[in-house]
Amino acid sequence: MNFFNEESILETINMIRIHNLDIRTVTLALSLRDCMDSDVRCVGEKIHEKIIRYAQYLKHYADEIEEEYSIPIVNKRIAVTPISIIGESCKKPNYVYLAKILDKAADEVGVDFIGGFGALVEKGMTKGDIMLMSSIPEALAGTNKVCSSVNLASSKAGINMDAVNKMAEIIKLSAQLTVKNDGIGAAKLVCFCNAPGDNPFMAGAFHGIGEPECALNIGVSGPGVVRAAIESLPKDTSFGEVANKIKQIAYKITSTGELIGHELAQKLGIPFGIIDLSLAPTPAIGDSVAGIFRAMGLEHAGAHGTTAALAMLNDAVKKGGIMASSHVGGLSGAFIPVSEDAEMIEAASKGYLTFEKLEAMTCVCSVGLDMIAIPGKTPVETISGIIADEMAIGMINKKTTAVRIIPVPGKDVGENAVYGGLLGKAPIIPVNNLSSENFVKRGGRIPAPIHSLNN
Amino acid sequence: MNVDDNKIIITIIGADQIGIVAKITAILAECKVNIEDIKQSIMQDFFVMFMLAQTGQSSLTFNEIKEKLTKAGKEMNMEIWVQKKAIFNKMHTI
Repeated sequence: MNFFNEESILETINMIRIHNLDIRTVTLALSLRDCMDSDVRCVGEKIHEKIIRYAQYLKHYADEIEEEYSIPIVNKRIAVTPISIIGESCKKPNYVYLAKILDKAADEVGVDFIGGFGALVEKGMTKGDIMLMSSIPEALAGTNKVCSSVNLASSKAGINMDAVNKMAEIIKLSAQLTVKNDGIGAAKLVCFCNAPGDNPFMAGAFHGIGEPECALNIGVSGPGVVRAAIESLPKDTSFGEVANKIKQIAYKITSTGELIGHELAQKLGIPFGIIDLSLAPTPAIGDSVAGIFRAMGLEHAGAHGTTAALAMLNDAVKKGGIMASSHVGGLSGAFIPVSEDAEMIEAASKGYLTFEKLEAMTCVCSVGLDMIAIPGKTPVETISGIIADEMAIGMINKKTTAVRIIPVPGKDVGENAVYGGLLGKAPIIPVNNLSSENFVKRGGRIPAPIHSLNN
Repeated sequence: MNVDDNKIIITIIGADQIGIVAKITAILAECKVNIEDIKQSIMQDFFVMFMLAQTGQSSLTFNEIKEKLTKAGKEMNMEIWVQKKAIFNKMHTI
């Protein structure tokens, strides 16, 4: 095809050079189910060998494609089978040791993060699951690149409140063990409801049970591009037209990701998995989902109307993107991580964006309560209550929801947790001080909901 | 390999000056890169030139060609983008 249109060429270049369009992540998803063994050292050796074998050229080829298309590929990552399953094969499991093997292998192949140090416990916990969950704080404190996720609930199984209570303790402990870095351990840990097994984004990436031997999953981004497109419209443009503009931009972003994903998968000699068409912000100026709300006409994120704006954005992104790719998956939609979005940080610092408003927004965003710093003194039972609420939203609405909160040790409302890089900076926001203790301590499971009578 | 795989688009952005086309075309000739089309315009006071080229006969890799062009761009204080054409096809057509 003899495509040579100056306006389109400049549009693409300006999306990259001015509005931060990028490929947010290329994630090699890899099954480790053939690495099981009764001896934990053998498991470690098999895992290390397999990761190196599959991922040794990931960074090299990703860098090559980045040059060929002049589009930044920000992160190279690996997602593996939930490690609780792999470690269970050992007579004497040692999950911290396996986390260190993952970290070492990730370091050797030059990826940014490795996800999958986790378990799927929505209906109950096996011995291996419990051991893995107990080892999370030490594993995250003793590694740099390992990310952990645990699925605690689903629309089919209900909410495992015993696991919720355990994870609340683990979140608190993970933060305490990384006190020097404002509790960064908890920033690498996420609790899910309805976790997708093909998500390329951290900290929640893992290689699901129904997935193939390996696949290349890709996550695209570009909140800055969407914002610029909306700003280019007259202020009184109707919602239908705004939604159409978002769909057009999402199509362009996604088709670019599809091209990069297929090329990289081909170079690596592995199948292309899915594209996750998410608007993932960064702390860079302009690369903000909250900025899109302002472009739509809200004074700031948190104003009444924010949930509606996010709902329209999330839906339009999916509608536009889905036609551009053969396989869409992962978390697809709009992310609202507070610490990773400059204008969300500002809105939270000024008190515009409260915990309650963020929770409401998670009913319509693509994930959940993400990168929210709360006072270090927050009781474990309150954290359980926060997780239970978020799991309930996901369970009832048949969507993925997640909790990634950081009870920042020794810090309180008005102070900041500072992580730098993509994780950014989080103003500590207040939580409700009423007690949830007697509720969450009942334990057991909240039954799965009825899937009819949808009122 | 698809014929389009060898097609690249070179975009040059910056202040207008004498010899831009001469310099870039000389490098492409030296690299045995065939120019199939050239368009140029002024956008917001900037000179912008677009070239559609074919690298099939070149013995150099994409990156080697890109490095030479990027170096020439720096010498002229111009921004040069060298990209495989597929990204534009994919992004702007259904």
